[in-house]
Amino acid sequence: MSRIIIDPVTRIEGHLKIETVVEGGVVKEARSSGNMFRGFEIFLKGRDPRDAQIIAQRICGVCPQSHGVAATLSLDSAFGISGKIPDNARIIRNLIQGAHVAQDHVLHFYHLAALDYVDVASVAVYQGKDSELNSVKDFIMRGELGPFVPRYEGDYRLPTEVNQLATAHYLEALEIRRTGHEMVSIFSGKIPHSVGIVPGGITCTPTIDMITAFLWKLKKLQNFINNTYLPDVIAIAKAYPDYCEIGAGCKNYLSYGGYDLEGAEPDLTKRKRLYTQGVTFADLKPGKLDISKVMESVRHSWYQDYPAAKHPSQGETVPSYGKDGAYSWVKSPRYDSKVYEVGPLARVAVNYASGDPVIRNLVDSALAELKAPTSALFSVMGRHLARAICAKYIADNVEKWLLEIKPGEPTFVQYQIPEEGTGAGLTEAARGALGHWIEIKGKKIANYQCVVPTTWNASPRDENGNPGPIEQALTGVKVKDKDNPFELLRIVRSFDPCLACAIH
Amino acid sequence: MSSKVKEIPLVWLAASACTGCSISLLNSASPTIKNILVDQIIPGVHINLRFHQTIMAGAGEQVIKVLEDTAVEKKGNYVLAVDGAIPTGANAFYCVMGERHGKPVTLETRFEELARNALTILAVGTCAAFGGIAAAAPNPSGAQPVKTVLEAKGINKPLINIPGCPPHPDWFVGTVASILLTGLPKAEDLDDFLRPKTFYGKLIHENCPRRACFDEGKFAKKPGDEGCLYELGCKGAITYADCPLRRWNSGANWVIGAGAPCQGCTQPEFPDQMAPCYEKLKDVDLPVIGAYWLPGKEGK
Repeated sequence: MSRIIIDPVTRIEGHLKIETVVEGGVVKEARSSGNMFRGFEIFLKGRDPRDAQIIAQRICGVCPQSHGVAATLSLDSAFGISGKIPDNARIIRNLIQGAHVAQDHVLHFYHLAALDYVDVASVAVYQGKDSELNSVKDFIMRGELGPFVPRYEGDYRLPTEVNQLATAHYLEALEIRRTGHEMVSIFSGKIPHSVGIVPGGITCTPTIDMITAFLWKLKKLQNFINNTYLPDVIAIAKAYPDYCEIGAGCKNYLSYGGYDLEGAEPDLTKRKRLYTQGVTFADLKPGKLDISKVMESVRHSWYQDYPAAKHPSQGETVPSYGKDGAYSWVKSPRYDSKVYEVGPLARVAVNYASGDPVIRNLVDSALAELKAPTSALFSVMGRHLARAICAKYIADNVEKWLLEIKPGEPTFVQYQIPEEGTGAGLTEAARGALGHWIEIKGKKIANYQCVVPTTWNASPRDENGNPGPIEQALTGVKVKDKDNPFELLRIVRSFDPCLACAIH
Repeated sequence: MSSKVKEIPLVWLAASACTGCSISLLNSASPTIKNILVDQIIPGVHINLRFHQTIMAGAGEQVIKVLEDTAVEKKGNYVLAVDGAIPTGANAFYCVMGERHGKPVTLETRFEELARNALTILAVGTCAAFGGIAAAAPNPSGAQPVKTVLEAKGINKPLINIPGCPPHPDWFVGTVASILLTGLPKAEDLDDFLRPKTFYGKLIHENCPRRACFDEGKFAKKPGDEGCLYELGCKGAITYADCPLRRWNSGANWVIGAGAPCQGCTQPEFPDQMAPCYEKLKDVDLPVIGAYWLPGKEGK
């Protein structure tokens, strides 16, 4: 029996440690520890409620936009205006969030995940005329290889020319994701930490020139997703077929739904959305979600215990470092007392289960190309594939919505901050189901709780001892070389963990 | 020929950060982030990024070794960039990274070890520079800015603050390029808060395209209105940064350009004294820059 500790887990957002117990080359037990706490739920208290969307975005600089949306939806509902947001504002909120999420998926695959599969060192023998690749070759020849070395060695399987091409795509993706941020900025001022989405609507006044500039940046992004990103995911899945079989974990999937398609329904859980709200399982049968069954446990987290798991609307956050039995700053959200995975795979699975023809077609054709069964979705490569499908799906819908903007029509509705009120903002962030819950008293924030995608995925054990999704996905995995445990990191990174988000 | 390229080691340490400062750096338009990491950022000089959690290939012990070796092997020659404030509460266990003798090592310790041997320290973002969001009242993790921790540890190293939530990528890139071309900044190159005057020398208010509206007393009453955003809570009148001229995200837009009030995020007062975000500033003496109208007096 031996232990493999990976601390820090890199090429993710934030401070994560993974510890596994390995017996006979197989992971018997895994622990996921979030290692940085700031206390947003504490310092949001007592503030002007409107400031929530400015402050809560700062939970994470990788996914600020989704926190801005979740906070704003919670404020719209607490202010009693959630059925009154003008269509222009609803649409532009979707565009801002959609552009941000699409670039985030590109960033994850190329800049966070790809170096697990692509050997950049292959560029040392590049003989072609591409100036970008030749500059990488010069870089390698100079001999100072940070940040690409050190790395795990011994399992890079792509042919030399594919490695070189993938390296060129890594560089191109840097430009593409920057373009995605430029799109966000057009309507939302700047990013990270944008300013355009506020309770009541949006701040900008959309004009034709903004719409046109956005459209042609979007076309560049779509071209990359369709002709580079999706094919690259398929190519890597073909070269690493064993990763279509490992890393599934709990196989329970949950989505809050996101991207409002109508504005008049005040109840978020009843509103028609691009991504459906629901749950599903390995059988891909649809299931309804009852938001009152979301509960958070802190039994194994560094917070003062409470007797039973709490609904986030009643949640509390009192840090208690060193608490007996605790090993993470991440809490343990559970649905109906069970462990659920959230994220692109959950979104795709829930929409697939609900019969969405576009998602069904994208999934079925990708699996056909891989000659893989549906069960291959529930794997490391399945997550990468689902993420690329989500990038395409949202980018294509953003193109449709863009032309629904009506310049000159309202973008904002007035409101009063109530003396007392409560609200919940539910959406789908890049990394999955995101909820913010607010309680207002005396026109100030009395309580604020966030349950964030990586809170679900990187959660420690709950009060029943059930390990979280990443912990379950690692358990039972065969590690070929304990000094280069590729398997563990490839599994963890397929979830696209974001620890600043998870803990907040 | 290639041996003539000078390598400048850079270590980027993430403390209580949100990674927004790093993501903002990825948005650098000219030079691009690829130019910064791979190419000679200025002819004959290459930035050798040895450690950055979010982008480096390696993980676990192998990268901790890089971190610890750099402090020894490159003593006095490397640039240390820090994003995020440094938590000091609960014996600094609010942020730990890697282990030593089976025990977690706090970010405070990692920072101290690296700071002692650095050539210079760049506090990137308002959390590292001033505490920022991480230190928002009641500061549950005891988060401190880089300067405070350096003073507490008795470390006397040149420090440059590059605040902003996040900073514009040009502010970081321009500061680094300036160090490489002309050496460390002189005292007169930095303001009282150790910010390079090149980027933080003027108020938002001085260069704001809505300034004429302010001078004429035309104020927006709700988002989407024309006019100065002062009454909607704009903090541009007390915030030093060149956003109106530089604009954001390759020049796509900027905060006030999107009809939103400036949040004052480059200032030491952010966020607590800049709050509420959407309430008019109280009792400030606005600088008189050709203004004939001032708040508190009757507008036109």
